[in-house]
Formats: sequence, structure tokens, C-alpha cells
Amino acid sequence: MFSRDNWKEIFETIHKNKLRTFLSGFTVALGILIFVVLFGMGNGLVNTFNEFFGDDATNVLYIFPGRTTVPYKGYKSNRVIEFDNSDLEDIKKNLAMFVDYTTPRISRGGLVKYRNESNNYTTRAVGPSHQYAEKTIMMKGRFINEKDIKNKTKYVVIGRLVEKDLFGNKNAVGEYIDVAGSAFMVIGVFQDDGGDNEERLIYMPYTTRQLIEKNNDKIDQIIVAFKPEIGYAGAMALDRSLDKFFREKKYISPNDQNGVFIRNVADQLKQNQQFARVLQIIVGFVAFGTIIAGIIGISNIMVFVVKERTKELGIRKALGATPKSVIGSILLESVFITTISGFFGMLLGVFILNSLGEKLKDYFITNPYIDITMAISATLVLILFGAIAGYIPAKRAADIKPIEALRDE
Amino acid sequence: MIEIKDLHKSYKMGSNSLHVLKGINFSVEEGELVAIMGSSGSGKSTLLNILGMLDVLDEGSYTLDGVPIKDLNETKAAQYRNKFLGFVFQSFNLINYKSAMENVALPLYYQKVGRKERQEKALKYLEQVGLREWADHLPSELSGGQKQRVAIARAMAAEPKVLLADEPTGALDSTTSYEVMDLIQKINDAGNTILIVTHEPDIADMCKRIVHLKDGVIVEDKKITQVRASQYV
Repeated sequence: MFSRDNWKEIFETIHKNKLRTFLSGFTVALGILIFVVLFGMGNGLVNTFNEFFGDDATNVLYIFPGRTTVPYKGYKSNRVIEFDNSDLEDIKKNLAMFVDYTTPRISRGGLVKYRNESNNYTTRAVGPSHQYAEKTIMMKGRFINEKDIKNKTKYVVIGRLVEKDLFGNKNAVGEYIDVAGSAFMVIGVFQDDGGDNEERLIYMPYTTRQLIEKNNDKIDQIIVAFKPEIGYAGAMALDRSLDKFFREKKYISPNDQNGVFIRNVADQLKQNQQFARVLQIIVGFVAFGTIIAGIIGISNIMVFVVKERTKELGIRKALGATPKSVIGSILLESVFITTISGFFGMLLGVFILNSLGEKLKDYFITNPYIDITMAISATLVLILFGAIAGYIPAKRAADIKPIEALRDE
Repeated sequence: MIEIKDLHKSYKMGSNSLHVLKGINFSVEEGELVAIMGSSGSGKSTLLNILGMLDVLDEGSYTLDGVPIKDLNETKAAQYRNKFLGFVFQSFNLINYKSAMENVALPLYYQKVGRKERQEKALKYLEQVGLREWADHLPSELSGGQKQRVAIARAMAAEPKVLLADEPTGALDSTTSYEVMDLIQKINDAGNTILIVTHEPDIADMCKRIVHLKDGVIVEDKKITQVRASQYV
């Protein structure tokens, strides 16, 4: 079936029936092209989505103190709740099973000066683990470490834009800046995918902030990261345990809505993941539909091709073509055309996706791409179904008595 | 060469069946040129189709060159057609996207003859029908007579035992018809067995034997003195 002579016969047939070749080739190429582009765009949407929501760590809970609204255990309402260092220790001790790390956060605004340049920035006093919670990426130098916390060092880590504002093109690491009246040494510069505001932050050890503020041990908020392996249910359980723990320790009524707040990213994460999954399903559905449409298209064309060739096949059979050679030549021809045009369409689609890159970012499509195995399997599926769809009419044509085929006008 | 005994054939037309051939006994020797005549519906084309293995018989026996033709599947029938038979049709039945030479070479392709040899043979047979210079032309660029000559060259290319022609001059004017008959007579002179279905008496007179069919039976079978077509050309 694969002799050189057969191929020559097939090439001649293909060459001399350009419309037919074009029709079947075009259908397959277009089908694959649309599939690849749509699927890639879908992936681009998911990319954008992940970029929006994937900036911060997704295994963290934020705990904020509030003001009570219900009297409880002899305490009046309207009492301000405050966190302190002992709360951090207690969380680590009591909920060690769930907790990966904790870090406090104390946020203050203030004027920051370097030589003649000055600007207002938010300063966050944090622990070393804060780097993971915010997915802070160090460009140079280092982040705050345990030693800084212990020694209450006057070190700061500044955002990329802070460096740019104050130092211009100069390297800030090792330089001293004035933060609200005290001199701090810059030990690192970071970047953050969360946007410009995130890169205009300054981090310092929380103990240093407490020292400056009359050596107290107060904390604004606590960030608790749970072990990812505990999953969504575990995170929700931790959420409830923390709530219970703070209500007991700070004497807040279980019915008080405002005494303590816990923002659970896990809950959001689940919603986000569900949304992303729905996106994927829609994309998959559209892609599946395109492939089905392609299969139907190529099937129709195969029926048309065989119908058009009925008389020719009759002549060939009268001249001694066996049914096997009739089916073989039709199938080989169609598989050849669909393979060439299928891969052409696929490569064109991949090329289009690659050249798009970030150009469609305004339409929420970032870096559209398709997994190459996915693209190739889709192409192969279309070729396979093209062959199956071609086989049925080819078989029928081969079984028609030559005399009937010859009568066909 | 051809031996037919008590041949019956009927066609189902819905619930009725149409008995077309009602017991034909018929034999052809090697080198004969036989005209099968009859009005339309007499069963002459059906007979030719059965002889050509394009159609199957219901009853009776058919022996071709000593080989019994029965219970053939399509593959076997195709091989026998290729080996034993050459066809010439009223409507030429050339493949329209292939050149004259490629059309002539096609039966050889199914005989698995190599490409070079195919082309040489095809050109040789085109030469015999006087169309050597037209080898690269498509059928659409040829006149009716030329098309039929290409079809005859194609039928001859496989060097068949028997040449079967179904109204070979049916679509041609009388001058062209005589040219084609002249060619057929020359092929017969070279020793080839030829059967022609026709309803034109002047064409039948150019054969060596006339078989008259009427309502599915042979009513007359006579040898005649051949009229040479060359005198009209």
C-alpha cells in the first residue's frame, strides 16, 4: 500500500483535483487553527486571572483586632482590643498542628528622607516570615531575619520604587535613610507582583518599631499561615479555632461581630479556584465543540469527495482496481491531506498565540499558550476521525458494482 | 474463448422482478468479431455486462478462456477483468483529470507494471490508434472520435483476451463511427477477440458474425461477409 508508485498516483490525484484538496485541507486546517487559538486564549484568560489573584500567598489568614459592641464577663462594651507579642507565642504553641508560620504587622505612615529627596511611605514592621506571606521577591540584599528581631536592629528593606524615588539609579543597599526621624540602614531592595503600591512599602523588624514606640509589645494585626496540606477544611477549622482562641483570651462575647476579625484567604482561594475551573470548563467545551465541528466538516467533505468520484471509481474498477486498492487510495489521499493541513493549521495557531504575547492584555488575555501535546493530540484526533469518516463512504463506493458506478452521471 | 450455457438474469424492480435474459446459449471462438444486436430492452447490454463481470448472472454457467466465472468476490472479479477483459464504452469513460497517456496506462497500474514500462506501452498503443501526438492532452481537449480511440487504446493496453465494446459508436457521427470501426477491424485482424453491442445495422455489418437478441433470447445467430470500414474513411 505504501509503494512509491501508489504515492505517485495519489500525488497526481491530489495535484489535479485542487478544489477537492483545498476544501478538505482548508476544513481541517481551519478547525485545528480555531481550536488552538481558542484554547490558547482560554489559557490566556486563566493566566490573567492567576495574575490578579495569585500575588499573595494563598495559605494565610489575617487577624485584626476590633472594638467590642457587647458587654461580656464583666467588661463593658466599646472596649478596644489590642494584640501583643504573647498572642503570637500562644498561637504557635496551641495550634502548632495547623500553623506553618506567623508574623505580626504594624503599619505606620511617615516621611522618609535621603539627602535632598523625601517622600511619604507606609512602613510595615514585620517578622521574617512576612516575606512568604506577601511573596516578596528580593532584588538585592536580604530580608529581615531572626537576628534583626532579637537585636531590634535599625535596618529597613525598601521597595523597588522607594529606591527609584529616593536614590535614582544609585544602589540603596548599605545607605542610611531617615524614617520619621530615626536613621535606618537599607539592607535590601525588593519587588512585588502586587503592583506599584506594594513596591512603595518599607519593611522593618517589628521589635524595632515596638522599641521606638516606647518599648511596648503591641501588634496591629497578625498573619497566620497554615500548612498547605491541611487543605480547605483544615483552613476553615483553623479559622474557627483562632476565633475561639481570641474570644476566650480577650474576653470577647461569642456573639460580638466586631471584637476580632479574621480574613481567611482560603475561602477566597476556593472561590477563585472554582472560578478558574469554570473558565477552564468553558474553554474546554468550546474547544471540544470546535473539534466536533471539524470532524463533521471533514466527514461531509469526504462524503462529497467519494460521491464526486463514484464514476471514476467505477471506471477504475472496470479496469481492474480491487475494492482494497480503491479504499486504500481514498483513505491514503485523505489522511495525507488532513495530516499536512492539520499540522499546518496547528503550527499557524501556535505561531499566532506566540506572537500575541501580551498584546491582548487589555482584553484580559495574557500570554495565551497551548500545551503542545494537547495541540498534537487534537490534530491526531481530527486526522483519525477524518480517516474513519472517509472509510465509510469509501467502503460503500468500493462495494458498488462497477456497472452502477458507471451509470452514475 | 467464451462459453455461455442457459444464462438467466432478472432484475428486482420493487416487488416485481424483470426477467431480462431467458436462457442464453452462446459461444465465441478466438479471433471472432461478433455484433450483438437488438432493440432497447432486448437484454444486449445486460449480456455484455455479465460477460464483462460487471454484473453477476442468476443462473447458468459462464466460462472464459477455460476459467469458470462464478462466485466471484469483488477483488477476484477485479483481477479477472484486469487480466481477461478490455472495455470500450459508449460514453468513453475516460478519467477527466488524467492525460490520454495516463488513461491508457491505468490498467497497467493495476497490473503492477512499473512506471517506465507503463508509459512506454501506453505510448505504443496510442501510436497504434494514431494519437501519439495527443498523449499529453486531457480528454476535454479531444474530439469524440479521439476520445473513443484513447478508450480503445486503454482497453488494448492490458492485452486482454476479449475486447468488449458497448455501443462504441453510439455517441459519434457516421464518419467518425467508421474510423473507429476501421480501428476495431484492424485490431481484430491482428487476432483479437471482440464483442460489440450495437443497434446500428451498418456497424453490425462490419463484424463477422451477428447475434440478434429479442426479449431475452437469441433469435438469430449468423456468420456474415464483413464490410470493411476502410472504404468509407
